[in-house]
Amino acid sequence: MCGLCGVLGGPGHWSDAIARDGVYTRNHTPQERRRERANRIRIANLVLKAYGLKLEDWQSHAYVLRTLTGKSEIFDSLNHLWLVAEKLTGRRCDPLDEELIVQLERRE
Amino acid sequence: MIETTSQLIPVNVLTGFLGSGKTTLLQRLLKSPALHDTAVLMNEFGEVGLDHHLLERVDESTVLLQSGCLCCTIRGDLSAALRELHSKRDRGSVPSYRRLVIETTGLADPLPVLTTISADPVLCHHYRLGNVITTVDGVNGQSHLDRHQESVKQAAVADRLVVTKTELADRQTVDALIERVRALNPSADIICASSMEDQAERLLAHDLFDLSAKTDEVRRWFAQATSIAVDDGRRGHRHSHDRNRHGDDIEAFCLTFDEPLDWTAFGIWLTMLLNCHGQAVLRVKGILNIGGEPAPVAIHGVQQLVHAPVHMERWPDEDRRSRIVFITRGLKSDRLQRSLSAFMASSSDDFAVPPH
Repeated sequence: MCGLCGVLGGPGHWSDAIARDGVYTRNHTPQERRRERANRIRIANLVLKAYGLKLEDWQSHAYVLRTLTGKSEIFDSLNHLWLVAEKLTGRRCDPLDEELIVQLERRE
Repeated sequence: MIETTSQLIPVNVLTGFLGSGKTTLLQRLLKSPALHDTAVLMNEFGEVGLDHHLLERVDESTVLLQSGCLCCTIRGDLSAALRELHSKRDRGSVPSYRRLVIETTGLADPLPVLTTISADPVLCHHYRLGNVITTVDGVNGQSHLDRHQESVKQAAVADRLVVTKTELADRQTVDALIERVRALNPSADIICASSMEDQAERLLAHDLFDLSAKTDEVRRWFAQATSIAVDDGRRGHRHSHDRNRHGDDIEAFCLTFDEPLDWTAFGIWLTMLLNCHGQAVLRVKGILNIGGEPAPVAIHGVQQLVHAPVHMERWPDEDRRSRIVFITRGLKSDRLQRSLSAFMASSSDDFAVPPH
């Protein structure tokens, strides 16, 4: 269910690369899907750090996003990550923001 | 049973500004044998009558959830009409159509129509998006593009642009219009309605789900958008071209990346970009060299909507770089290039999960 809209059975995220005929597929087994999920959380956290946020897995079915003060929200798809991040922080999460780009470049 | 994309019914969205010849084009297309088993949904019945055995009407009322996200923006009326039509098809009360064409109103934003088909939890198991076809008025097209943002958007999201009424306009006007829409949407195939003998195949075939083997289609995405490469000293090169520049702030450009991209980081980056600048990104199309994959992955999106990525059978040419064409309103190509490069570089560390 989409936690924001309450719509049941919403679409997955386009980058899930789930096994489906005709589309890009790379996560065929449960292990591969878990590995992809862990990698996604790791990479998202590199960016979310700039906003004082941390993303965690919740039962392999959903994600929990937390602020430094412990405010948290649960959601089920990457579709909602940045909407929830903006809601929790009250800030725009802009990948073209100069400050964010410089922060990521310094990490290189 | 898990449905396959080949079992899903392709949906073509036919859009274009008021009076630009959508219904006339549809009338001609429906005479083609290729479309004999096609159902048509129309937002409004215009002056041009359509004599077709499978014609339904849908009244426009978009359901926009206040606290919701765009991926759940579903046009309730359209969703209900499509479900009803599919139900009739299953019951056998309408012929078993194999394609559906939705004709939008002249002032419509095509995006909610596209998101309805992709996001509706029932429809996405029965239908898939085919090419978006936009008609451009050969006589009044320039003034439509000058005065109406809807017209610009309709042209920018198209996979096929059909310039109509070319026999009523002089050659210079038509050439200038074609040049303008080509700059606005370099990845679309532009067809003159007057030269269409039987172009139904060209308009409807080779859509996103046929891409895996159709390298010509993908080659065209980049043919118009590439130009002078400027080394920005990072991972890739920036491509920009003044010809693609428009007074109304719409710009088409192609980003290229020399090194393979990390699929997961790319997904996070594009999702973040579209969440923040979805209204400004009219179109994104690209082929990506994903680490560990022998063949490229094609991506295709309209504003906040990104279609399921397609694994192509082979590269369209010798170039093995990732290439992404953006059609944007007010976004700078160098900033996008830097941002994606920074995401890629920072995400690759010793703890990264190796590519498959």
